[in-house]
Amino acid sequence: MFSFLPTYDQLEIIISALLLLTAFIFLTQNRISNLITTFTWQSILLTIATTLQAYGNVNKELYISAAITFIFKVLFIPYFLRVFVKKLDIRHKVSNIKHPFLLLMGAVVIVLFCYHLVAANKIALNMNSNITVVAMAIVLLGMLLLITHHKAISHVIGFMSMENGIFFAALVATNGMPMAVELGIAFDVLVAVVLFGVFFFHIRSSIDTLNVDRLNILNERVKE
Amino acid sequence: MVGYMIWVFALLQTILFVAAAPLLSGLVKWLKCRLQNRRGSSILQPYRSLKKLFKKETIVANNASFIFHFTPYLIFTITILISATIPLIIANSPFTYIADIIVLIGLFALARFFLALSGLDIGTAFGGMGSSREMMLSSLAEPALLLAFFTLAMNAESTNLSTIIQHFITTKHLLFSPSLIFTALGFVIIAVAETGRIPIDNPDTHLELTMIHEAMILEYSGHHLALIEWASQIKFMIYCVLFVDLFFPFGLATSLTLNVIGISCLALLAKLFFLSFTLSIAEINLAKIRLFRAPYLLSFAFLLCLLGVLNHIILEVR
Repeated sequence: MFSFLPTYDQLEIIISALLLLTAFIFLTQNRISNLITTFTWQSILLTIATTLQAYGNVNKELYISAAITFIFKVLFIPYFLRVFVKKLDIRHKVSNIKHPFLLLMGAVVIVLFCYHLVAANKIALNMNSNITVVAMAIVLLGMLLLITHHKAISHVIGFMSMENGIFFAALVATNGMPMAVELGIAFDVLVAVVLFGVFFFHIRSSIDTLNVDRLNILNERVKE
Repeated sequence: MVGYMIWVFALLQTILFVAAAPLLSGLVKWLKCRLQNRRGSSILQPYRSLKKLFKKETIVANNASFIFHFTPYLIFTITILISATIPLIIANSPFTYIADIIVLIGLFALARFFLALSGLDIGTAFGGMGSSREMMLSSLAEPALLLAFFTLAMNAESTNLSTIIQHFITTKHLLFSPSLIFTALGFVIIAVAETGRIPIDNPDTHLELTMIHEAMILEYSGHHLALIEWASQIKFMIYCVLFVDLFFPFGLATSLTLNVIGISCLALLAKLFFLSFTLSIAEINLAKIRLFRAPYLLSFAFLLCLLGVLNHIILEVR
Protein backbone atom coordinates (compact mmCIF):
# COMPACT_ATOMS: atom_id res chain seq x y z
CA MET A 1 0.00 0.00 0.00
CA PHE A 2 1.01 3.56 -0.69
CA SER A 3 1.17 4.83 2.86
CA PHE A 4 3.77 2.23 3.86
CA LEU A 5 6.28 3.43 1.29
CA PRO A 6 9.12 5.74 2.33
CA THR A 7 8.68 9.46 1.65
CA TYR A 8 11.11 9.41 -1.23
CA ASP A 9 9.13 6.78 -3.15
CA GLN A 10 5.88 8.55 -2.35
CA LEU A 11 7.24 11.77 -3.84
CA GLU A 12 8.37 9.96 -6.95
CA ILE A 13 4.95 8.38 -7.43
CA ILE A 14 3.18 11.72 -6.96
CA ILE A 15 5.42 13.36 -9.56
CA SER A 16 4.72 10.57 -12.03
CA ALA A 17 0.97 10.91 -11.43
CA LEU A 18 1.20 14.65 -12.11
CA LEU A 19 3.17 13.94 -15.30
CA LEU A 20 0.32 11.71 -16.44
CA LEU A 21 -2.09 14.56 -15.69
CA THR A 22 -0.11 16.95 -17.91
CA ALA A 23 -0.25 14.38 -20.71
CA PHE A 24 -4.05 14.40 -20.38
CA ILE A 25 -4.20 18.19 -20.22
CA PHE A 26 -2.36 18.36 -23.58
CA LEU A 27 -5.26 16.57 -25.19
CA THR A 28 -7.89 18.98 -23.89
CA GLN A 29 -6.11 22.21 -24.77
CA ASN A 30 -7.10 23.87 -28.01
CA ARG A 31 -5.09 27.08 -27.66
CA ILE A 32 -1.46 26.98 -28.69
CA SER A 33 -0.18 29.21 -25.89
CA ASN A 34 -1.84 26.90 -23.34
CA LEU A 35 -0.16 23.91 -24.97
CA ILE A 36 3.23 25.57 -24.57
CA THR A 37 2.51 26.40 -20.92
CA THR A 38 1.50 22.80 -20.26
CA PHE A 39 4.68 21.63 -21.94
CA THR A 40 6.69 23.91 -19.63
CA TRP A 41 4.95 22.41 -16.60
CA GLN A 42 5.60 18.88 -17.83
CA SER A 43 9.28 19.71 -18.24
CA ILE A 44 9.44 21.24 -14.76
CA LEU A 45 7.97 18.05 -13.32
CA LEU A 46 10.46 16.01 -15.33
CA THR A 47 13.31 18.09 -13.92
CA ILE A 48 12.04 17.45 -10.39
CA ALA A 49 11.75 13.72 -11.13
CA THR A 50 15.31 13.62 -12.48
CA THR A 51 16.66 15.51 -9.49
CA LEU A 52 14.87 13.12 -7.14
CA GLN A 53 16.28 10.14 -9.01
CA ALA A 54 19.77 11.67 -8.84
CA TYR A 55 19.35 12.25 -5.10
CA GLY A 56 18.44 8.61 -4.44
CA ASN A 57 21.08 7.20 -6.76
CA VAL A 58 24.79 6.50 -6.55
CA ASN A 59 25.23 7.79 -10.06
CA LYS A 60 25.40 11.56 -9.66
CA GLU A 61 25.56 12.18 -13.43
CA LEU A 62 21.78 12.48 -13.32
CA TYR A 63 22.17 15.95 -11.77
CA ILE A 64 23.72 17.02 -15.08
CA SER A 65 20.83 15.63 -17.07
CA ALA A 66 18.41 17.40 -14.70
CA ALA A 67 20.24 20.63 -15.42
CA ILE A 68 20.13 19.94 -19.18
CA THR A 69 16.41 19.18 -18.98
CA PHE A 70 15.80 22.40 -17.11
CA ILE A 71 17.82 24.62 -19.45
CA PHE A 72 16.58 23.09 -22.70
CA LYS A 73 13.04 22.00 -22.01
CA VAL A 74 11.90 24.51 -19.42
CA LEU A 75 13.69 27.60 -20.71
CA PHE A 76 14.87 27.34 -24.33
CA ILE A 77 12.28 25.26 -26.18
CA PRO A 78 9.19 27.01 -24.75
CA TYR A 79 10.91 30.33 -25.43
CA PHE A 80 11.60 29.37 -29.06
CA LEU A 81 8.05 28.13 -29.52
CA ARG A 82 6.65 31.36 -28.12
CA VAL A 83 8.84 33.36 -30.49
CA PHE A 84 7.51 31.29 -33.41
CA VAL A 85 3.95 31.78 -32.28
CA LYS A 86 4.50 35.51 -32.03
CA LYS A 87 6.16 35.75 -35.45
CA LEU A 88 3.52 33.62 -37.13
CA ASP A 89 0.86 35.60 -35.26
CA ILE A 90 -1.19 32.55 -34.26
CA ARG A 91 -1.37 33.24 -30.54
CA HIS A 92 -5.14 33.36 -30.42
CA LYS A 93 -5.85 30.72 -33.01
CA VAL A 94 -8.14 28.01 -31.75
CA SER A 95 -7.97 24.60 -33.30
CA ASN A 96 -11.18 22.69 -32.86
CA ILE A 97 -11.00 19.22 -31.43
CA LYS A 98 -13.90 17.06 -32.47
CA HIS A 99 -15.45 15.09 -29.61
CA PRO A 100 -13.14 16.15 -26.73
CA PHE A 101 -14.82 13.79 -24.27
CA LEU A 102 -14.42 10.81 -26.60
CA LEU A 103 -10.77 11.73 -27.02
CA LEU A 104 -10.24 11.65 -23.26
CA MET A 105 -11.95 8.29 -22.97
CA GLY A 106 -9.66 6.99 -25.72
CA ALA A 107 -6.72 8.28 -23.73
CA VAL A 108 -7.95 6.41 -20.65
CA VAL A 109 -8.17 3.23 -22.74
CA ILE A 110 -4.56 3.80 -23.80
CA VAL A 111 -3.46 4.07 -20.17
CA LEU A 112 -5.26 0.83 -19.35
CA PHE A 113 -3.61 -0.81 -22.37
CA CYS A 114 -0.18 0.27 -21.09
CA TYR A 115 -1.02 -1.05 -17.65
CA HIS A 116 -1.93 -4.47 -19.01
CA LEU A 117 1.15 -4.53 -21.20
CA VAL A 118 3.43 -3.85 -18.26
CA ALA A 119 1.50 -6.08 -15.88
CA ALA A 120 1.79 -8.97 -18.34
CA ASN A 121 5.55 -8.52 -18.62
CA LYS A 122 6.30 -7.73 -15.04
CA ILE A 123 9.91 -8.85 -14.93
CA ALA A 124 11.12 -6.80 -12.02
CA LEU A 125 8.52 -6.62 -9.27
CA ASN A 126 9.57 -3.29 -7.87
CA MET A 127 7.74 0.02 -7.69
CA ASN A 128 9.50 1.28 -10.80
CA SER A 129 7.62 -1.10 -13.05
CA ASN A 130 4.42 0.69 -12.07
CA ILE A 131 5.90 4.06 -12.90
CA THR A 132 6.97 2.60 -16.26
CA VAL A 133 3.24 2.38 -17.06
CA VAL A 134 3.01 6.15 -16.71
CA ALA A 135 6.10 6.74 -18.85
CA MET A 136 4.75 4.50 -21.58
CA ALA A 137 1.34 6.15 -21.39
CA ILE A 138 2.95 9.58 -21.82
CA VAL A 139 4.65 8.38 -25.02
CA LEU A 140 1.43 6.95 -26.43
CA LEU A 141 -0.63 9.96 -25.39
CA GLY A 142 1.89 12.16 -27.20
CA MET A 143 1.20 10.06 -30.28
CA LEU A 144 -2.53 10.53 -29.77
CA LEU A 145 -1.91 14.29 -29.66
CA LEU A 146 -0.10 14.03 -32.99
CA ILE A 147 -3.02 12.17 -34.53
CA THR A 148 -5.84 14.33 -33.23
CA HIS A 149 -4.49 17.85 -33.55
CA HIS A 150 -4.25 19.41 -36.97
CA LYS A 151 -1.88 22.31 -36.38
CA ALA A 152 1.81 21.87 -37.13
CA ILE A 153 2.81 23.55 -33.89
CA SER A 154 0.68 21.16 -31.80
CA HIS A 155 2.49 18.35 -33.60
CA VAL A 156 5.79 19.74 -32.38
CA ILE A 157 4.43 19.82 -28.83
CA GLY A 158 3.24 16.23 -29.23
CA PHE A 159 6.66 15.22 -30.45
CA MET A 160 8.35 16.96 -27.51
CA SER A 161 5.96 15.35 -25.04
CA MET A 162 6.76 11.93 -26.54
CA GLU A 163 10.42 12.73 -26.07
CA ASN A 164 9.68 13.63 -22.44
CA GLY A 165 7.93 10.29 -22.03
CA ILE A 166 10.90 8.37 -23.43
CA PHE A 167 13.25 10.31 -21.19
CA PHE A 168 11.07 9.51 -18.17
CA ALA A 169 10.90 5.84 -19.15
CA ALA A 170 14.69 5.69 -19.35
CA LEU A 171 14.88 7.43 -16.01
CA VAL A 172 12.64 5.03 -14.11
CA ALA A 173 13.53 1.82 -15.91
CA THR A 174 17.33 2.07 -16.10
CA ASN A 175 18.23 5.05 -13.91
CA GLY A 176 18.84 7.26 -16.92
CA MET A 177 20.52 6.79 -20.25
CA PRO A 178 24.30 7.00 -20.64
CA MET A 179 25.46 10.58 -20.62
CA ALA A 180 26.69 10.52 -24.21
CA VAL A 181 23.32 9.34 -25.52
CA GLU A 182 21.48 11.85 -23.41
CA LEU A 183 23.56 14.80 -24.57
CA GLY A 184 23.10 13.65 -28.16
CA ILE A 185 19.32 13.49 -27.79
CA ALA A 186 19.16 16.81 -26.01
CA PHE A 187 20.98 18.56 -28.84
CA ASP A 188 18.92 16.68 -31.42
CA VAL A 189 15.75 17.98 -29.84
CA LEU A 190 17.13 21.49 -29.78
CA VAL A 191 18.09 21.33 -33.45
CA ALA A 192 14.71 19.78 -34.22
CA VAL A 193 12.91 22.76 -32.72
CA VAL A 194 14.92 25.17 -34.87
CA LEU A 195 14.22 23.07 -37.95
CA PHE A 196 10.54 22.90 -37.11
CA GLY A 197 10.57 26.67 -36.94
CA VAL A 198 12.00 26.89 -40.45
CA PHE A 199 9.38 24.39 -41.62
CA PHE A 200 6.55 26.39 -40.09
CA PHE A 201 7.46 29.39 -42.19
CA HIS A 202 7.82 27.28 -45.33
CA ILE A 203 4.52 25.47 -44.83
CA ARG A 204 2.80 28.75 -44.18
CA SER A 205 4.27 30.51 -47.20
CA SER A 206 3.38 27.62 -49.54
CA ILE A 207 -0.13 26.66 -48.36
CA ASP A 208 -1.02 29.75 -46.33
CA THR A 209 -2.00 27.86 -43.19
CA LEU A 210 -0.42 25.73 -40.50
CA ASN A 211 -3.15 23.14 -40.72
CA VAL A 212 -1.26 20.09 -41.96
CA ASP A 213 -4.42 18.45 -43.32
CA ARG A 214 -4.16 20.95 -46.12
CA LEU A 215 -0.88 19.34 -47.17
CA ASN A 216 -2.98 16.52 -48.61
CA ILE A 217 -4.05 18.72 -51.49
CA LEU A 218 -0.45 19.04 -52.65
CA ASN A 219 -0.45 15.82 -54.67
CA GLU A 220 0.83 15.44 -58.16
CA ARG A 221 -2.31 14.12 -59.76
CA VAL A 222 -2.72 15.50 -63.24
CA LYS A 223 -5.88 17.45 -63.67
CA GLU A 224 -8.10 16.15 -66.39
CA MET B 1 -24.17 5.15 29.91
CA VAL B 2 -21.67 5.89 27.16
CA GLY B 3 -23.83 4.13 24.57
CA TYR B 4 -26.73 6.37 25.54
CA MET B 5 -24.58 9.50 25.57
CA ILE B 6 -23.32 8.98 22.03
CA TRP B 7 -26.87 8.95 20.62
CA VAL B 8 -27.60 12.22 22.41
CA PHE B 9 -24.37 13.65 21.09
CA ALA B 10 -25.15 12.55 17.53
CA LEU B 11 -28.53 14.27 17.80
CA LEU B 12 -26.94 17.45 19.13
CA GLN B 13 -24.40 17.33 16.33
CA THR B 14 -27.17 17.15 13.73
CA ILE B 15 -29.03 20.06 15.30
CA LEU B 16 -25.80 22.07 15.31
CA PHE B 17 -25.24 21.18 11.66
CA VAL B 18 -28.68 22.35 10.60
CA ALA B 19 -28.52 25.49 12.74
CA ALA B 20 -25.02 26.50 11.61
CA ALA B 21 -25.59 26.04 7.88
CA PRO B 22 -26.96 29.58 7.22
CA LEU B 23 -24.02 30.95 9.21
CA LEU B 24 -21.53 29.36 6.81
CA SER B 25 -23.34 30.78 3.78
CA GLY B 26 -23.41 34.17 5.46
CA LEU B 27 -19.72 33.94 6.23
CA VAL B 28 -18.79 33.18 2.63
CA LYS B 29 -20.97 36.02 1.39
CA TRP B 30 -19.48 38.45 3.91
CA LEU B 31 -15.90 37.39 3.10
CA LYS B 32 -16.59 37.84 -0.59
CA CYS B 33 -17.93 41.35 0.01
CA ARG B 34 -14.96 42.31 2.15
CA LEU B 35 -12.53 41.01 -0.48
CA GLN B 36 -14.25 43.19 -3.07
CA ASN B 37 -13.93 46.27 -0.78
CA ARG B 38 -17.65 46.32 -0.05
CA ARG B 39 -19.10 46.50 3.44
CA GLY B 40 -21.23 43.42 3.03
CA SER B 41 -24.32 42.36 4.89
CA SER B 42 -23.97 40.88 8.35
CA ILE B 43 -22.96 37.25 8.76
CA LEU B 44 -26.36 36.70 10.39
CA GLN B 45 -28.26 37.98 7.35
CA PRO B 46 -29.30 34.47 6.12
CA TYR B 47 -31.08 33.92 9.49
CA ARG B 48 -32.96 37.19 9.07
CA SER B 49 -33.97 36.29 5.52
CA LEU B 50 -35.21 32.89 6.66
CA LYS B 51 -37.18 34.47 9.50
CA LYS B 52 -38.75 36.93 7.09
CA LEU B 53 -39.69 34.18 4.65
CA PHE B 54 -41.26 32.06 7.40
CA LYS B 55 -43.44 34.99 8.43
CA LYS B 56 -44.61 35.79 4.91
CA GLU B 57 -47.75 34.46 3.33
CA THR B 58 -47.25 31.37 1.18
CA ILE B 59 -48.82 31.71 -2.22
CA VAL B 60 -49.28 28.67 -4.44
CA ALA B 61 -50.38 28.73 -8.06
CA ASN B 62 -53.88 27.44 -8.85
CA ASN B 63 -52.74 24.60 -11.04
CA ALA B 64 -50.11 23.30 -8.62
CA SER B 65 -50.33 19.59 -7.96
CA PHE B 66 -49.53 17.77 -4.70
CA ILE B 67 -45.87 17.43 -5.78
CA PHE B 68 -45.46 21.17 -5.59
CA HIS B 69 -46.83 21.19 -2.04
CA PHE B 70 -44.78 18.45 -0.49
CA THR B 71 -41.46 18.95 -2.33
CA PRO B 72 -40.11 21.61 0.10
CA TYR B 73 -40.78 19.36 3.08
CA LEU B 74 -39.30 16.34 1.31
CA ILE B 75 -36.14 18.19 0.30
CA PHE B 76 -35.68 19.64 3.74
CA THR B 77 -36.13 16.23 5.40
CA ILE B 78 -33.75 14.47 3.03
CA THR B 79 -31.11 17.16 3.49
CA ILE B 80 -31.37 16.89 7.28
CA LEU B 81 -31.12 13.11 6.97
CA ILE B 82 -27.91 13.46 4.98
CA SER B 83 -26.49 16.09 7.31
CA ALA B 84 -27.08 13.73 10.25
CA THR B 85 -24.77 11.17 8.69
CA ILE B 86 -21.93 13.60 7.94
CA PRO B 87 -19.38 13.59 10.76
CA LEU B 88 -19.17 17.18 11.93
CA ILE B 89 -17.28 16.76 15.19
CA ILE B 90 -17.14 13.05 15.89
CA ALA B 91 -16.25 10.49 13.20
CA ASN B 92 -17.96 7.43 14.67
CA SER B 93 -21.39 8.63 15.68
CA PRO B 94 -24.12 5.98 15.33
CA PHE B 95 -25.76 7.96 12.50
CA THR B 96 -22.54 7.88 10.52
CA TYR B 97 -22.24 4.13 10.95
CA ILE B 98 -25.47 3.54 9.04
CA ALA B 99 -24.37 5.81 6.18
CA ASP B 100 -23.29 4.12 3.02
CA ILE B 101 -21.56 6.51 0.69
CA ILE B 102 -23.54 5.36 -2.35
CA VAL B 103 -26.82 5.84 -0.49
CA LEU B 104 -25.78 9.46 0.11
CA ILE B 105 -25.56 10.03 -3.65
CA GLY B 106 -28.94 8.32 -4.04
CA LEU B 107 -30.53 10.60 -1.44
CA PHE B 108 -29.14 13.68 -3.15
CA ALA B 109 -30.51 12.38 -6.45
CA LEU B 110 -33.96 11.84 -4.88
CA ALA B 111 -34.05 15.42 -3.60
CA ARG B 112 -32.94 16.73 -6.97
CA PHE B 113 -35.53 14.65 -8.80
CA PHE B 114 -38.40 16.14 -6.82
CA LEU B 115 -36.99 19.66 -7.09
CA ALA B 116 -36.83 19.31 -10.87
CA LEU B 117 -40.38 17.90 -10.94
CA SER B 118 -41.72 20.80 -8.90
CA GLY B 119 -39.95 23.18 -11.27
CA LEU B 120 -41.89 21.63 -14.12
CA ASP B 121 -45.12 21.36 -12.15
CA ILE B 122 -46.49 24.88 -12.58
CA GLY B 123 -45.73 24.90 -16.28
CA THR B 124 -43.90 28.20 -16.52
CA ALA B 125 -41.06 28.58 -19.00
CA PHE B 126 -38.38 29.40 -16.42
CA GLY B 127 -39.16 26.42 -14.21
CA GLY B 128 -38.85 23.99 -17.09
CA MET B 129 -35.65 25.64 -18.26
CA GLY B 130 -34.10 25.44 -14.81
CA SER B 131 -35.13 21.81 -14.39
CA SER B 132 -33.68 20.73 -17.70
CA ARG B 133 -30.42 22.55 -16.97
CA GLU B 134 -30.17 21.06 -13.50
CA MET B 135 -30.75 17.59 -14.91
CA MET B 136 -28.15 18.12 -17.65
CA LEU B 137 -25.50 19.19 -15.16
CA SER B 138 -26.32 16.54 -12.58
CA SER B 139 -26.26 13.76 -15.17
CA LEU B 140 -22.62 14.74 -15.70
CA ALA B 141 -21.73 15.45 -12.09
CA GLU B 142 -23.24 12.32 -10.57
CA PRO B 143 -21.07 9.68 -12.32
CA ALA B 144 -18.00 11.77 -11.52
CA LEU B 145 -19.02 11.92 -7.86
CA LEU B 146 -19.57 8.16 -7.86
CA LEU B 147 -16.08 7.63 -9.28
CA ALA B 148 -14.60 9.93 -6.64
CA PHE B 149 -16.32 7.91 -3.93
CA PHE B 150 -15.17 4.66 -5.55
CA THR B 151 -11.55 5.79 -5.23
CA LEU B 152 -12.08 6.62 -1.57
CA ALA B 153 -13.87 3.31 -1.01
CA MET B 154 -11.01 1.43 -2.70
CA ASN B 155 -8.51 3.23 -0.49
CA ALA B 156 -10.37 2.32 2.67
CA GLU B 157 -11.78 -0.98 1.38
CA SER B 158 -15.28 -0.07 2.51
CA THR B 159 -18.19 2.02 1.31
CA ASN B 160 -19.19 2.96 4.83
CA LEU B 161 -18.61 6.67 5.43
CA SER B 162 -17.46 6.22 9.01
CA THR B 163 -14.98 3.46 8.09
CA ILE B 164 -13.56 5.53 5.23
CA ILE B 165 -13.01 8.60 7.37
CA GLN B 166 -11.49 6.60 10.22
CA HIS B 167 -9.19 4.93 7.69
CA PHE B 168 -7.94 8.33 6.58
CA ILE B 169 -7.49 9.47 10.19
CA THR B 170 -5.38 6.44 11.06
CA THR B 171 -3.19 6.25 7.95
CA LYS B 172 -0.17 8.37 8.56
CA HIS B 173 0.36 9.95 5.17
CA LEU B 174 3.39 12.15 5.10
CA LEU B 175 2.04 13.37 1.81
CA PHE B 176 -1.13 12.90 -0.15
CA SER B 177 -1.34 9.81 -2.26
CA PRO B 178 -1.76 10.64 -5.95
CA SER B 179 -5.24 9.12 -6.16
CA LEU B 180 -6.38 11.41 -3.35
CA ILE B 181 -4.95 14.51 -5.04
CA PHE B 182 -6.90 13.81 -8.20
CA THR B 183 -10.05 12.84 -6.33
CA ALA B 184 -9.88 16.00 -4.21
CA LEU B 185 -9.53 18.21 -7.29
CA GLY B 186 -12.40 16.43 -9.02
CA PHE B 187 -14.53 16.60 -5.89
CA VAL B 188 -14.05 20.39 -5.65
CA ILE B 189 -15.33 20.90 -9.20
CA ILE B 190 -18.30 18.60 -8.60
CA ALA B 191 -19.12 20.30 -5.30
CA VAL B 192 -19.04 23.69 -7.01
CA ALA B 193 -21.41 22.42 -9.69
CA GLU B 194 -23.77 20.71 -7.24
CA THR B 195 -24.05 23.64 -4.86
CA GLY B 196 -24.40 26.16 -7.70
CA ARG B 197 -21.34 28.26 -6.93
CA ILE B 198 -19.64 30.62 -9.28
CA PRO B 199 -18.06 29.04 -12.35
CA ILE B 200 -21.26 27.07 -12.99
CA ASP B 201 -24.04 29.13 -11.45
CA ASN B 202 -24.11 32.46 -9.65
CA PRO B 203 -25.80 32.27 -6.22
CA ASP B 204 -26.02 36.07 -5.81
CA THR B 205 -28.16 37.08 -8.74
CA HIS B 206 -31.49 36.27 -10.30
CA LEU B 207 -30.39 36.87 -13.88
CA GLU B 208 -33.06 35.00 -15.75
CA LEU B 209 -31.15 33.62 -18.67
CA THR B 210 -28.19 32.17 -16.81
CA MET B 211 -29.66 30.87 -13.58
CA ILE B 212 -30.11 27.20 -12.87
CA HIS B 213 -31.12 26.66 -9.26
CA GLU B 214 -33.02 29.92 -8.91
CA ALA B 215 -35.05 29.21 -12.04
CA MET B 216 -36.51 26.04 -10.57
CA ILE B 217 -37.69 27.61 -7.33
CA LEU B 218 -39.04 30.78 -8.91
CA GLU B 219 -42.66 29.85 -8.13
CA TYR B 220 -42.08 29.20 -4.45
CA SER B 221 -42.81 31.75 -1.76
CA GLY B 222 -43.22 32.07 1.99
CA HIS B 223 -42.27 29.14 4.20
CA HIS B 224 -41.92 26.81 1.18
CA LEU B 225 -39.16 29.03 -0.16
CA ALA B 226 -37.60 29.32 3.30
CA LEU B 227 -37.36 25.53 3.58
CA ILE B 228 -35.79 25.21 0.14
CA GLU B 229 -33.31 28.02 0.80
CA TRP B 230 -32.38 26.51 4.14
CA ALA B 231 -31.97 23.09 2.52
CA SER B 232 -29.63 24.50 -0.10
CA GLN B 233 -27.59 26.19 2.64
CA ILE B 234 -27.37 22.86 4.46
CA LYS B 235 -26.36 21.19 1.21
CA PHE B 236 -23.56 23.71 0.78
CA MET B 237 -22.36 22.96 4.30
CA ILE B 238 -22.62 19.20 3.66
CA TYR B 239 -20.25 19.47 0.72
CA CYS B 240 -17.84 21.69 2.67
CA VAL B 241 -17.77 19.43 5.71
CA LEU B 242 -17.55 16.30 3.58
CA PHE B 243 -14.57 17.78 1.76
CA VAL B 244 -12.63 18.61 4.92
CA ASP B 245 -13.64 15.30 6.52
CA LEU B 246 -12.45 13.19 3.62
CA PHE B 247 -9.31 15.00 2.56
CA PHE B 248 -8.19 16.85 5.72
CA PRO B 249 -9.51 14.63 8.50
CA PHE B 250 -6.94 15.56 11.15
CA GLY B 251 -8.38 16.62 14.47
CA LEU B 252 -11.68 14.81 13.96
CA ALA B 253 -12.77 13.17 17.23
CA THR B 254 -13.18 9.42 17.45
CA SER B 255 -14.09 9.21 21.14
CA LEU B 256 -16.38 11.09 23.51
CA THR B 257 -13.94 12.79 25.87
CA LEU B 258 -14.12 16.50 26.50
CA ASN B 259 -10.53 17.10 25.41
CA VAL B 260 -10.83 15.39 22.05
CA ILE B 261 -14.17 17.05 21.30
CA GLY B 262 -12.74 20.47 22.09
CA ILE B 263 -9.83 19.93 19.72
CA SER B 264 -12.21 18.61 17.08
CA CYS B 265 -14.43 21.71 17.34
CA LEU B 266 -11.46 24.06 17.06
CA ALA B 267 -10.04 22.10 14.09
CA LEU B 268 -13.43 22.17 12.38
CA LEU B 269 -13.78 25.92 12.86
CA ALA B 270 -10.28 26.55 11.52
CA LYS B 271 -10.78 24.23 8.54
CA LEU B 272 -14.18 25.67 7.61
CA PHE B 273 -12.94 29.24 7.93
CA PHE B 274 -9.92 28.46 5.78
CA LEU B 275 -12.12 26.70 3.22
CA SER B 276 -14.58 29.60 2.99
CA PHE B 277 -11.69 32.04 2.66
CA THR B 278 -10.21 30.02 -0.22
CA LEU B 279 -13.64 29.70 -1.80
CA SER B 280 -14.26 33.45 -1.60
CA ILE B 281 -10.89 34.23 -3.18
CA ALA B 282 -11.57 31.73 -5.95
CA GLU B 283 -15.06 33.16 -6.52
CA ILE B 284 -14.00 36.78 -6.83
CA ASN B 285 -11.30 35.79 -9.30
CA LEU B 286 -13.45 33.62 -11.54
CA ALA B 287 -16.25 34.58 -13.87
CA LYS B 288 -19.29 32.45 -14.49
CA ILE B 289 -18.66 30.32 -17.54
CA ARG B 290 -21.14 29.99 -20.35
CA LEU B 291 -23.70 27.29 -19.75
CA PHE B 292 -22.57 25.32 -22.77
CA ARG B 293 -18.98 25.30 -21.49
CA ALA B 294 -20.12 23.77 -18.18
CA PRO B 295 -20.20 20.19 -19.58
CA TYR B 296 -16.52 20.57 -20.49
CA LEU B 297 -15.65 21.56 -16.94
CA LEU B 298 -17.65 18.65 -15.57
CA SER B 299 -16.12 16.18 -18.02
CA PHE B 300 -12.75 17.44 -16.79
CA ALA B 301 -13.90 16.64 -13.24
CA PHE B 302 -14.95 13.21 -14.46
CA LEU B 303 -11.49 12.78 -15.99
CA LEU B 304 -9.79 13.77 -12.72
CA CYS B 305 -11.86 11.26 -10.76
CA LEU B 306 -11.18 8.58 -13.35
CA LEU B 307 -7.45 9.35 -13.14
CA GLY B 308 -7.80 9.01 -9.38
CA VAL B 309 -9.13 5.47 -9.82
CA LEU B 310 -6.44 4.65 -12.40
CA ASN B 311 -3.67 6.05 -10.24
CA HIS B 312 -4.88 4.03 -7.32
CA ILE B 313 -4.80 0.84 -9.37
CA ILE B 314 -1.59 1.52 -11.25
CA LEU B 315 0.60 3.24 -8.71
CA GLU B 316 -0.65 2.38 -5.26
CA VAL B 317 -1.74 -1.24 -5.28
CA ARG B 318 1.20 -3.55 -5.43
